[in-house]
Amino acid sequence: MLLIYCPYCQVERSEMEFACRGEAHVVRPADPSKATDEEWVEFLYMRDNTKGVAAERWRHIHGCGRFFNAVRDTVSDKFLKIYKTGEPKPDLEALAKEAGK
Amino acid sequence: MSQPFRTEKGGRIDRAEQLTFTFDGEEMQGHKGDTLASALLANGVHLVGRSFKYHRPRGILTAGSEEPNALVGVYRNGDQTPNLRATQVELYQGLEAISQNRFPSLGFDIGAVNDLLSPLFPAGFYYKTFMWPHAFWDKVYEPIIRSAAGLGKPPKNPDHDVYGNIYAHCDVLVVGSGPTGLAAALAAGETGAKVMLVDEQAEFGGSLLSEVSASIDGKDPADFVTETVAKLAAMDNVTLLPRTTAFGYFAHNFISLAERVTEHLSNPDPKLPRERLWQVRAKEVVIAAGAIERPMVFPENDRPGILLADAGRTYLNRYGVKVGHKVLVATACDSAWQAAFDLADHGVDVVAIVDLRETPPESLMSIAEARGIRVEAGCVVTGTLGRKRVKGALIGRLMTSGQVASGGQIACDALLMSGGWTPTVSLYSQSRGKVVWDSEKGAYVPGVSVQKERSAGGAKGLYGLQATLEDGYAAGEEAAKAATGKSAKVTYASATGGEAGSGGILGALPHDRNAARVKAFVDYQNDVTAKDVKLAVREGMHSIEHIKRYTTTGMATDQGRLSNMNALEIASGALQKPMTDVGLTTFRQPYTPTTFGLFAGVSRGDFFDPVRKTPSHDWVVENGGVFEDVGQWKRTWYFPKNGEDMHAAVARECKTVRESVGLFDASTLGKIEVVGPDAAEFLERMYTNPWKKLAPGRCRYGLLLNDAGFITDDGVIGRLAEDRFHVTTTTGGAPSVFATMEDYLQTEWPDLNVWITSTTEQFAVAAVQGPKAREVIAPFIEGVDLSADAFPHMSVKQATFCGVPCRLFRISFTGELGFEINVPRRHGKMMWETLAKEIEKHNGTVYGTESMHVLRAEKGYIIVGQDTDGTVTPQDAGMTWAISKNKFDFVGKRGLARPDLVADGRKQFVGLLTKDPKVKLEEGAQITTAEQPATGTPAEGHVTSSYYSPALDRTIALAIVKNGHALEGKTLYVPMPTGSIPVEVTSTVFYDKEGARINV
Ligand SMILES: [Zn+2]
Repeated sequence: MLLIYCPYCQVERSEMEFACRGEAHVVRPADPSKATDEEWVEFLYMRDNTKGVAAERWRHIHGCGRFFNAVRDTVSDKFLKIYKTGEPKPDLEALAKEAGK
Repeated sequence: MSQPFRTEKGGRIDRAEQLTFTFDGEEMQGHKGDTLASALLANGVHLVGRSFKYHRPRGILTAGSEEPNALVGVYRNGDQTPNLRATQVELYQGLEAISQNRFPSLGFDIGAVNDLLSPLFPAGFYYKTFMWPHAFWDKVYEPIIRSAAGLGKPPKNPDHDVYGNIYAHCDVLVVGSGPTGLAAALAAGETGAKVMLVDEQAEFGGSLLSEVSASIDGKDPADFVTETVAKLAAMDNVTLLPRTTAFGYFAHNFISLAERVTEHLSNPDPKLPRERLWQVRAKEVVIAAGAIERPMVFPENDRPGILLADAGRTYLNRYGVKVGHKVLVATACDSAWQAAFDLADHGVDVVAIVDLRETPPESLMSIAEARGIRVEAGCVVTGTLGRKRVKGALIGRLMTSGQVASGGQIACDALLMSGGWTPTVSLYSQSRGKVVWDSEKGAYVPGVSVQKERSAGGAKGLYGLQATLEDGYAAGEEAAKAATGKSAKVTYASATGGEAGSGGILGALPHDRNAARVKAFVDYQNDVTAKDVKLAVREGMHSIEHIKRYTTTGMATDQGRLSNMNALEIASGALQKPMTDVGLTTFRQPYTPTTFGLFAGVSRGDFFDPVRKTPSHDWVVENGGVFEDVGQWKRTWYFPKNGEDMHAAVARECKTVRESVGLFDASTLGKIEVVGPDAAEFLERMYTNPWKKLAPGRCRYGLLLNDAGFITDDGVIGRLAEDRFHVTTTTGGAPSVFATMEDYLQTEWPDLNVWITSTTEQFAVAAVQGPKAREVIAPFIEGVDLSADAFPHMSVKQATFCGVPCRLFRISFTGELGFEINVPRRHGKMMWETLAKEIEKHNGTVYGTESMHVLRAEKGYIIVGQDTDGTVTPQDAGMTWAISKNKFDFVGKRGLARPDLVADGRKQFVGLLTKDPKVKLEEGAQITTAEQPATGTPAEGHVTSSYYSPALDRTIALAIVKNGHALEGKTLYVPMPTGSIPVEVTSTVFYDKEGARINV
């Protein structure tokens, strides 16, 4: 069971309190009507399913209820960075390098 | 003396306390401190079970949790727990144990015929034999496999024991309490760090408990154990957990422990759990799991009486038991020689030491000589005699040619063997670390740490008492420093004796026997021989993962801790490539077999899943209502009266609602309060319908899609004020709708000023439906003019019910005049009982979910999740009226424009009437255009809802059918095993098509 830091509550809590909501930084187009079919399919269904360092959405569902983002190595399960919703996507390659990957 | 193999003195058993136990009904004696295995051996019993495949007689092989043979059933409170390892079962007064996998008895077992037929059971037997014909699978093969599978018999009754569960945190978790673990715990404990020391055995000390030829700080190793454990016990920061197996190492240093709390007691305190699951988050872990000895792979190496050398030494020194009176020791390494010496010192006749090495160390040779022990160097065992007990061994002399020359026979009644040592890397492997091959040690050892752990001592291939102690202290200090930043001055104890030996062998030993006729076992529990591994390679299995699955080697309960290294070497030889290229299987959780009870803990029976009850629950129970489970909710299904069956009850309920009035508990519907200046804008974006122009006091049906364009939920939404909406969802959809709303609100539209709150359990809801609904509620409602003009269909008002504030909705899911009254949950019982009494005056009825379903189907109202399946759009459902054309965006709007969603040929929601009004379709039945479609014809759709309609006095059905909206009036077919059923496609509205009844 993972140990996860909630950036809002500022505490580490067991994975049981959280829900993973898939890949982070998948942007819903501001004006969906302008999105082409390909763009909309990309937004709806296409995910990287990364083996390695990936940014994910998490929600502290049985805690403060807030969404946040986390960079996790999906192989080792190590969290490399946790940040609040709205903050920019970190440089995953740099984080991976820092973690010695 | 009833225990002929008990030593005169020595051992850690309590000779003053004699215990009586039975094995297969035979009464025997043992002592406190014995395991079932040591007590059996003290009584001269080696034969304890039959092997899995060949039913060969098997004896106790080891003294630890890796025991593959001595699996027994133990009775407790009249029930039997199967597959316990006799080496781990602590003896208590009155213990009742039985052997397994034998019929009719352990001594005479019919299944042993398999051993004679063994040419018929090669590697991959199941794969080869049970392939063809296909039709044989259900009736013939599976029952055979099932009856042969497993060794013990499962208990017949539900588990009457209770199991505990506890979470713990510590700075340093030390796994294993041999010299390394004790030293590590002490070193970490002295820094003040919070330490947990766990060991799967009843007593701390590990190998020190059977070490008699060494000393630590001038003391007996056993005294060192006693003193160290006393020191640890005196520290408040140290938790000691004996009888506790660290069975799982998970991510982020989360370790699961299984503590056996009462299993070793004859009269356990009923308040205590049988086992306790510890889930520990450790800042740092020291794996001091030690090493285990490897069997030697020679022909007939599985006869009862053949044990690992260190096990023989443990039984002697720790339990005071001689494994035999005439013992032969076969080895390839130094450590087994000490077993021979200790046995000789207890007066046992050590008939020979057979060492594979041409020149064993001179130091050992001279000790053997001094004790008068015959040594056969450069020799191997090439076979054994006896059946239910070893009677002798065949000796072969290794020639320079690599051949083996017969070296005669030696009679013995026990044989100790040692192929060397294998570090226990299971927990390290579970922590996702990758083991590396150490050619000097001839073993796989832990590589780089992936988590916050370090292996120490034998677990990393380090041997010798002094070295393992030192490594333990160092590991403990390092772990404590890493966890807490603190260190302390620890005095290292120093040892003399117990030096690390040399030697060891992997793989099958050479012999001069007929290779086709002899069996040299690699994996005892799964009956895998050296020959099987070679056969697997010949048949094309080139990866160890394939060999493992084909032969089942390493798939026994020890996960190959005893067998893997030998199997790898044999496979490597057969493949003619280096062992490191053959690969290595991964050790997984659990380390040893773990009971289901431990995992289930208290989550059984009433605690398995919460039960959610509505305010009418008790009333329904008293009045004979029948419940159905809807998720966690108990909902009333129907109310039988005067012995009615379900059909009659539902018919009466439906008829009564349409003719007078019915009362229904709608409390389970999901409710979400949406509040804030942007509440209308938020709903505008979430739902397909328009909300901004909805006036306060009015309601609207809301349809929720996902961004792909498919229907996910629906419900009525009432506007209570400019900035406040009362949203309802389906019963099952409540949590996911709430989560979806939060998701969009927090991550897509954080600019919106809106709060949402789940209020499902804050309100009790009574639905009063039928022509007399207004008369029923009128006496109790204040604050609202209930007339049709003042309070029309789709209205909502704050009012009071019997003086209690309520939200009164005028809505209908039946097609009749209807009201839904929401009161604070605590008043729900009062509301229900008041209304239930009132409807009687109007010849009304209470009704359940089944009637609710029938009534809505008569009106063609969909139920999301029953009539839709996640691929249905509003157009498919015939609900384009619910989609606002003028909105910039809503969830699903763009999705609806996708090419596939606007293409022709989609399945659409329709009504179906069977040509024969008495025939009721089966929900889920497939629909075709042809009466007798050819095999392989794809279905045009399927039936989603099907009922008998009391209002129409005939059956009705709803379905989704390809291009269904254009097929109204056409005939389709529902092919069933009993014949094809012709149906006519109709509108989805079967009753009151104009909707006049709702607006009265
Ligand atoms: Zn939080």
